[in-house]
Amino acid sequence: MSDAIITVENLGKRYRIVHQRQSGKTLRETLTTAGRGLVRGLIPNGKRSGEDAPAQESEEFWALRNISFEVKQGEVVGIIGRNGAGKSTLLKVLSRITEPTEGRVRLRGRVASLLEVGTGFHPELTGRENIFLNGAILGMRREEIKRKFDEIVDFAGTEKFLDTPVKRYSSGMYVRLAFAVAAHLEPEILVVDEVLAVGDAEFQKKCLGKMRDVASGTGRTVLFVSHNMVAVQSLCHHTVWLERGRLKESGPAALVIGSYHSDGMRSNYASDWEDPATAPGNAMMRIRRISISDDNEPECTMLTMQTEIRIETEYTVGETDDLLHITYHLLNDRGITVLTSWSKPTVYSARKYRAVCKIPGNLLNSGKYSLNLFIVRNENSVIYSKEDMASFDVKDMAQRDTAYLGREPGIVQPSLEWRIEGPLRQ
Amino acid sequence: MNELIIEPGRTEKNYWTDIWRFRELFLFLAWRDLLVRYKQTVIGVLWAVVRPFLTMVIFTILFSRLAKLPSVGTAPYAILVMAGMLPWQFVSGCIGNSSESMVSNSSLISKIYFPRMIVPSSSVVTSFVDFLITLVLMAGMMGWYRFAPDWRLVALPLFIALSFACSLGVGLWLSALMVEYRDVRHIVPFIVQFGMYVSPVGFSSNVVPEKWRTLYSLNPLVGIIDGFRWSLMRGQMQLRWQSLVFSVVITILLFVSGTWYFRRTERTFADVI
Repeated sequence: MSDAIITVENLGKRYRIVHQRQSGKTLRETLTTAGRGLVRGLIPNGKRSGEDAPAQESEEFWALRNISFEVKQGEVVGIIGRNGAGKSTLLKVLSRITEPTEGRVRLRGRVASLLEVGTGFHPELTGRENIFLNGAILGMRREEIKRKFDEIVDFAGTEKFLDTPVKRYSSGMYVRLAFAVAAHLEPEILVVDEVLAVGDAEFQKKCLGKMRDVASGTGRTVLFVSHNMVAVQSLCHHTVWLERGRLKESGPAALVIGSYHSDGMRSNYASDWEDPATAPGNAMMRIRRISISDDNEPECTMLTMQTEIRIETEYTVGETDDLLHITYHLLNDRGITVLTSWSKPTVYSARKYRAVCKIPGNLLNSGKYSLNLFIVRNENSVIYSKEDMASFDVKDMAQRDTAYLGREPGIVQPSLEWRIEGPLRQ
Repeated sequence: MNELIIEPGRTEKNYWTDIWRFRELFLFLAWRDLLVRYKQTVIGVLWAVVRPFLTMVIFTILFSRLAKLPSVGTAPYAILVMAGMLPWQFVSGCIGNSSESMVSNSSLISKIYFPRMIVPSSSVVTSFVDFLITLVLMAGMMGWYRFAPDWRLVALPLFIALSFACSLGVGLWLSALMVEYRDVRHIVPFIVQFGMYVSPVGFSSNVVPEKWRTLYSLNPLVGIIDGFRWSLMRGQMQLRWQSLVFSVVITILLFVSGTWYFRRTERTFADVI
């Protein structure tokens, strides 16, 4: 509690969306509403919410609700979530740009926000002038900017164009200069939003490096919003996951990102395609049913790390003399292909068949998996492919001997043979 | 380490110290406006001389030669016009700049925190620089007409301060209203034009009939312009206490209420702008 630099308690931010009624609006109505609007506007805050204007329908929308978390001194915290989850609103509240509707935030230290690179750049001013202006806007003192001026220019790599108006800069140069200024800020809390969405790969690498230095070298606290999960995972210790304005999960970055990734996946253990016309495949081969089950207990709905998993594929084959086979790629929740497996290439007659494949128990790690299907002709050409044919969840339900109870790292978790020999002679 | 609490409806205790902390931003914004002002113009800063000079010439011809309005005392009519134009140009320029300032800096307001009052108040600086240039022009004209001011000149800073407060008061109102109601953009040119007609810019307030004077003095600019003329024209334009008191009271009202309204609405600027 005592070392928390940011404490957020039950934070909520409500916006009111006004739908203006379009039909049947006369000039008189427009004028009276306008007049009433003006009068209500002059009485600031509070009073307005009660009586709604008849010609306008407003709807309440909570961009944030019941958000509580703590950030400790020197931590780098990632904020993730899909578009519209409230990430930017949270940062705006934390950096005092907009005030919350409920709850409170306690900040211990100066906050500098970097919500968009190049904020406050004036196109008519030169690079040199903009460094000073932007620095002042971001909260730097003039002496501070002077001291770091060379460093900033060096980082941006725009020495030659210092006295050119930035409106003549290329967009890459513009972004580099803007990030360079911001990266040399020294607040206790730095708030960064999606700056890595721009610039080329080399510059992004430089930015990530700079951010890592900022966090590790000086013990400053960084709040980092990004859609780049690799960046979040490699930079952040903790991650806060927002979904539709609510706090979905918060904790160590790797765990939260894992559940963030797997959230979008649905588990479909069995699918049937009754109608041959819409079934996946083509004239040579159509998949009619795919099911995933426990090989020993077909009725069991939960697959664990110990389960022997049975993948059944029923398919019809058209008239052909070619060799056909099915290949599956098994992907985990990070999109990594864990393994590839295929049926024996066979010449079929035009009938229905069933292929059964078994993944042994004690092989897969826990998590969500999905199957990508390929139909291959004559062992070398893929004639059909479909992603996400089926997906399933492997749960970790075993008793552990070790003290650690979290998910073990590793793409697979096979049970390997260990043997202890000895005591040995010296 | 100082602790900061963000809560709904919490008026910040350290707002005014924040303004002090952000004083460099104030200067930088003003400096930016000045730099940008005459970029890509051919005669550049000369515009600040040409505009008041031409206006002065036109007013002198219009009101003195054509309308045959009297000057005051022995002062040349051009000096009378210029002494009136100094505060008028300053105030109208301030109103124009500051009312637009919040909206034209909307990218800053929706991205960065700083005390918002810095924006309209720093926009006043540009007009003040124009004012100083016009003041030099005035000095040149006084040399030309061999019409030197006397000890009353020391009172000039007081009237400058009064016009500062008056225009900032109006500017705070208009800039805060503009954030939500862009109607203000259409009202401002009207206010400026109307203000020009009801203020004694091209003529002296002596020509206004006695029975209308009290009503006329409700315009705070009447007191300010009379004050400028009194101070610059060796007291030949007499200082009416009534209009001066009205002017000071109305200016204080405008400034205080403008600050109040601005502070009340400021917290939601980023959501509305």
